[in-house]
Amino acid sequence: MTTSIPTRKRPLLGWNISDGAVVSRFSLVQTLRVPELMFFSLVQPVMFVLLFAYVFGGAIPIAGAGATPDDAADIYRNYLMPGIFGQTVAFAAAATTVGMAESMSTGLIDRFRSLPMASGAVLIGRTFADAARQILVLLVLSITGLLVGWRITGGFWNAVGAYALLLLFAYAVSWVGAYIGLSMRSVETASTAGLIWLFPLTFLSNAFVPISSMPTWLQTIAAYNPISTLVLATRELFGNPTGIQPDYWPMNNPVLYTIGSCLLVVAIFATISIRKYKRTTAK
Amino acid sequence: MTDDAVVAEGLVKEFGSVKALNGINLTVKRGQVVGLLGPNGAGKTTAVRILSTLLTPTAGRAMVSGFDVVKNPEEVRRSIGLTGQYAAVNEYLTGRENLIMFGALYHLPSSYVKKRATELLEWFELTEAANRPAKTYSGGMRRRLDLASSLIAQPSILFLDEPTTGLDPRSRLGMWDVINGLVAEGTTVLLTTQYLEEADQLADEIVVIDHGQVIAQGTAEMLKDQIGGDRIEISIVDPARVSDAVAAIRSVSSGDPLVEELKISAPVSGGSTVLVNAIRALDVQGVEVGDIVLRRPTLDDVFLSVTGHGAEESTPPTEEPKRGRGRK
Repeated sequence: MTTSIPTRKRPLLGWNISDGAVVSRFSLVQTLRVPELMFFSLVQPVMFVLLFAYVFGGAIPIAGAGATPDDAADIYRNYLMPGIFGQTVAFAAAATTVGMAESMSTGLIDRFRSLPMASGAVLIGRTFADAARQILVLLVLSITGLLVGWRITGGFWNAVGAYALLLLFAYAVSWVGAYIGLSMRSVETASTAGLIWLFPLTFLSNAFVPISSMPTWLQTIAAYNPISTLVLATRELFGNPTGIQPDYWPMNNPVLYTIGSCLLVVAIFATISIRKYKRTTAK
Repeated sequence: MTDDAVVAEGLVKEFGSVKALNGINLTVKRGQVVGLLGPNGAGKTTAVRILSTLLTPTAGRAMVSGFDVVKNPEEVRRSIGLTGQYAAVNEYLTGRENLIMFGALYHLPSSYVKKRATELLEWFELTEAANRPAKTYSGGMRRRLDLASSLIAQPSILFLDEPTTGLDPRSRLGMWDVINGLVAEGTTVLLTTQYLEEADQLADEIVVIDHGQVIAQGTAEMLKDQIGGDRIEISIVDPARVSDAVAAIRSVSSGDPLVEELKISAPVSGGSTVLVNAIRALDVQGVEVGDIVLRRPTLDDVFLSVTGHGAEESTPPTEEPKRGRGRK
């Protein structure tokens, strides 16, 4: 039997990136193979836009709201959209959680681990693909937003910045999702565990209501919640109404705080997830 | 390079207080097929996981293809293929995409991977299904794709963990053909099975393990000889004549006859002349015989005699902690 197939040589970091690119590529191909999965992941945020825009629309007052109820509803929709964006990219983590748990239960991770590939590549590839998928999600959401009266008024490059920030956030939470997925013992638990932490995370924020409407102790929590700063930064960059912010450092420096917390989350969760991955069968 | 593809010395693996492996020694020579035979929870999967670098042993050491599995896992992975108990493929991707992905992750040139994928799909009769997601495959097809995936880099050593568990008889025979084909090409195979027939069919050498320990080892023939030679088995028609039949059988047997209702069996030596003598003795007694056979001991008998329990019964005390990710 031949054992003389030429193998390519590359330094370790290079392998992590190139193997990660392979995993990522096929993970995205997988999305094309199961379009219904993508479809249903779009239904929820679109439904949220419609529900919040029309059901709660006029009932949640935003500082600076116009004189007539119609104006108030319009301002709320513009206030709401960045909140929906923020919530949606945060929920990208759940897909990573389920994906990792599924790959473990089918033995796919065992196979990957028996290959001479870089040990960080599976996670690097998956998290990247899961974040990349959000590009399409954000596109569909933006169109829905435009249809209900949301407008970008902050200029082109600021808008690009807002989208980039949202994708960075999606990437960061995907690493958290990956860690949760690797820690779960079954796909069923993973699909629950992958979601529950996201509800307090996204609702204890300014995504749907102004922080100033919350009790003071909750305001502190919400002000330091990276979702709040992400949403606030996005509102500012898109030129949407922001409401009045309580005086906290993160609220005063939302872009900086968001980027910082994303990098911190990636640094922590990439380290512990890759370590966990390497021993995932080692109980 | 040494002649030994796999060497394990005193492998111990503890999961908490449970000893899944309790000092396994194992050698597989290049080109050899070794069958690791044992009931559920005997430690077979744990052994394969250590040898394929997925688990670190608590004690002992193992060399695969001349490399230490703990110190040089990368080199070990380059020369092995692993097929586990479950079809470890991405079921959303097509058969071909799976092979190409795994090939790329073995760091093989893409032109080679494409050619090899086509070759493997053809060999495993998956050409028609090549561009369909693996989700649509039957159980047998998935297992074939799984095995094909582990062959993309033409590994010199193949670990097959219960390659036919859960397959229907036809798919099982197909799998055996494929494995025999690989062996004919010179691949070294370490396979685990709880089917004695499978070990008998495929393996040059059989290692029987139970409770994490090797309890018997040798060729199928050697193991069968170990528990004694042939047995004669008769069944008689008239319940009243059992004692006469036993007397007749005792006159030709080399050990005490065993009686189970109308069936009498006893160890014999001397090949087929024993049959003639037995029939004569029974005829003299005037016992009417329903059936008479001379039987080589099966591996089931071997298993029963070395473990004290059947091969497919599980042994609760050392139930191997499964990874528990709902893999049932």
